Amino acid sequence: MKIVVCVKPIPDPSYWARLPLDPKTHTLRREGIPNVLGLLDKCALEEALRIRDSCGGKVTVVSMAPLSTLGTLYQTLAMGADEVVLLSDRCFAGADTLATSYVLATAIKKLGQYHLVLCGDKSLDVGTGQVAPQVAEFLAIPHVCHVLKIDLLDGGRVRVKAKTDDGHIILETDLPAVLAVHRGINQPRLVSLMGLVAAREREIKVWGASDLEVDPARVGLVGSPTQVAQVFAPQRRRRGELLQGEAEEMVRSLMARLEQAGVMPT
Amino acid sequence: MDFSLTQEHEVLRQSMKEFGERVIAPKVREMEETSEMPMDVMAEMAKLGMMGVTIPRDLGGTGLGHLARMIMIEEIARISAAIGMSLQMLHTGAGAILGGGNDEQRKKYLPDLATGLRFATLAVTEPAGGSDPFAIQTTAKLEGDLYTISGRKCFIENSHLADIHTVTARTGEGPRDISTFIVDKDTPGWRPGRLEHKMGLRGSQVGEVILENCKVPKENLLGAEGQGVRVALGGISAYGRPGTAACGLGILNGCLEAATRFAKERILYGKPIAELQAIQWNICDIYLDLETSRLLVYRAAWMLDTAQRADAEIAAAKFYATEAAVRAAKKTMDIHGAYGCMNEYAAQRYYRDAQLLISAAGTSEIQRMIMVRKPLS
Ligand SMILES: Cc1cc2nc3c(=O)[nH]c(=O)nc-3n(C[C@H](O)[C@H](O)[C@H](O)COP(=O)(O)OP(=O)(O)OC[C@H]3O[C@@H](n4cnc5c(N)ncnc54)[C@H](O)[C@@H]3O)c2cc1C
Repeated sequence: MKIVVCVKPIPDPSYWARLPLDPKTHTLRREGIPNVLGLLDKCALEEALRIRDSCGGKVTVVSMAPLSTLGTLYQTLAMGADEVVLLSDRCFAGADTLATSYVLATAIKKLGQYHLVLCGDKSLDVGTGQVAPQVAEFLAIPHVCHVLKIDLLDGGRVRVKAKTDDGHIILETDLPAVLAVHRGINQPRLVSLMGLVAAREREIKVWGASDLEVDPARVGLVGSPTQVAQVFAPQRRRRGELLQGEAEEMVRSLMARLEQAGVMPT
Repeated sequence: MDFSLTQEHEVLRQSMKEFGERVIAPKVREMEETSEMPMDVMAEMAKLGMMGVTIPRDLGGTGLGHLARMIMIEEIARISAAIGMSLQMLHTGAGAILGGGNDEQRKKYLPDLATGLRFATLAVTEPAGGSDPFAIQTTAKLEGDLYTISGRKCFIENSHLADIHTVTARTGEGPRDISTFIVDKDTPGWRPGRLEHKMGLRGSQVGEVILENCKVPKENLLGAEGQGVRVALGGISAYGRPGTAACGLGILNGCLEAATRFAKERILYGKPIAELQAIQWNICDIYLDLETSRLLVYRAAWMLDTAQRADAEIAAAKFYATEAAVRAAKKTMDIHGAYGCMNEYAAQRYYRDAQLLISAAGTSEIQRMIMVRKPLS
């Protein structure tokens, strides 16, 4: 079983209060903020490692990120990944989800045969949840999001349990497929000291634009149709209203308001 | 001069930090209340290979080294100095065998200590005084192929937990005729004595180890007869002191976090007390003590990793980091006002824990005596 795991180093959440926004580009200024792997990415890797450990194979971690994240990606080797491919090039900078997915998918194709691509449902910093489905579209293979459980079936198929708004759904699909894992699918392992020693033997490859033979017009800022117009914290307003009068009248008035607000069961 | 840590060290720190927050933090309150060591935490630490950090790979450890050990203990002690202290003394027990033992002894004992299948101590202190290791009264008499050891050790970390005890004993009439032995707890005559009720480090065991006509084979002598204090102090210097110092680092981290958090949240005169200069200076003192201690501790560990003689530097690190932890804990309590004295806040725990680090692995006076040999020599 060849498994590719897509991960993204993100700024350490404990520094988020200190993370400034660039007033011009509306992007985060990340200089000097240490990177970590988000929980969901670690869940995806954990799931990949468990599958590999139970039925053999290889786990390759792929990440599009600046070279400065090499240390963060080393953690995936120490957790047990067999190899890491860091996709890094100046021209990849400023990518939106579309340009990112394009580069990731190109790299996955270049890796050769694969059976499963695992991602986190969304990154912890930007959290669009778009990358996994887009990668699947570029690879022209099925995808499932919000995955809570993965069971490999005979005949190159997989059964997954995926979370929905009001419960869960069980789906089966052919492999290869992209599965985006939901929080709670597992508890990612901690890096052990033995894992650190084993990681010394493993490799982080760095691939740039020329290694991937990507279309320069489709990567980085130039390849990104998304433009951030404004960034703001949503205002949550709460308003109290005091009902007065006879109890019965107040209850009736309250019921009417609840109905109007659309929160009453029909 | 390059002060940066390696990728490996950074990943180790991250993992230890997560371990502390995920596995140890939920146990701290219970440890404070019951003074009992959470054995499931010990088992988790063993699974991650934390017992074998300084044991070479060919003996079942990972051989990541002393600096890695400091980073690990610092992060553990940031959450619980008690667990940090227990862990570091397991390394010290194993370290005495690694440093003072022969190949057979290393092969026999270290693989199990590396994986945490068994735990070790280093038992030197006796009621007759810890600072003077030549004053001990425990005796070991050789008859045939067996030494018969009798005596009582006190203030021994992990006393009731450990399986393998490295103990010093008197093997002759001369004042310096002291030797160190490996004693398995299954040896008839070995038993744990009283378990101390301590002001701090609750949940880590400190207690007595009693030996009554314990017969151990000749092969259990560590090093040569009469070399016992050197063997034991070798372990204390290379493992016990840096380990205790790293516990100090952990407490300093905890103090800085607790003090800044409280100072930002506590509003007086209409603004957070973090805006008062007197509070800022106290926080600055804690910060400076942490930074200075870390440089001293990491430097000493680096010297050990690069096989340099480091007695004075280790003593400086132990002295500074533990005294700084006490100072910082006092300031953290002060910043908290009355809240600092309440069990709901960690400040009072840091204060109680820090004081216990002062005499462990040699008091501050003893560290001064070791340090001063360097400039005076
Ligand atoms: C948490 C903890 C864990 C410990 N774990 C272990 C362990 O695992 N194994 C072990 O063997 N021991 C252990 N100890 C004991 C520790 O090593 C001793 O407490 C220490 O060596 C001091 O000995 P003492 O307590 O008998 O004090 P004493 O030696 O009686 O000292 C009393 C006072 O005299 C001072 N003093 C002594 N000599 C001099 C001098 N020459 N000049 C100036 N002042 C001096 C001391 O600094 C101190 O202030 C532990 C202690 C603690 C608190």
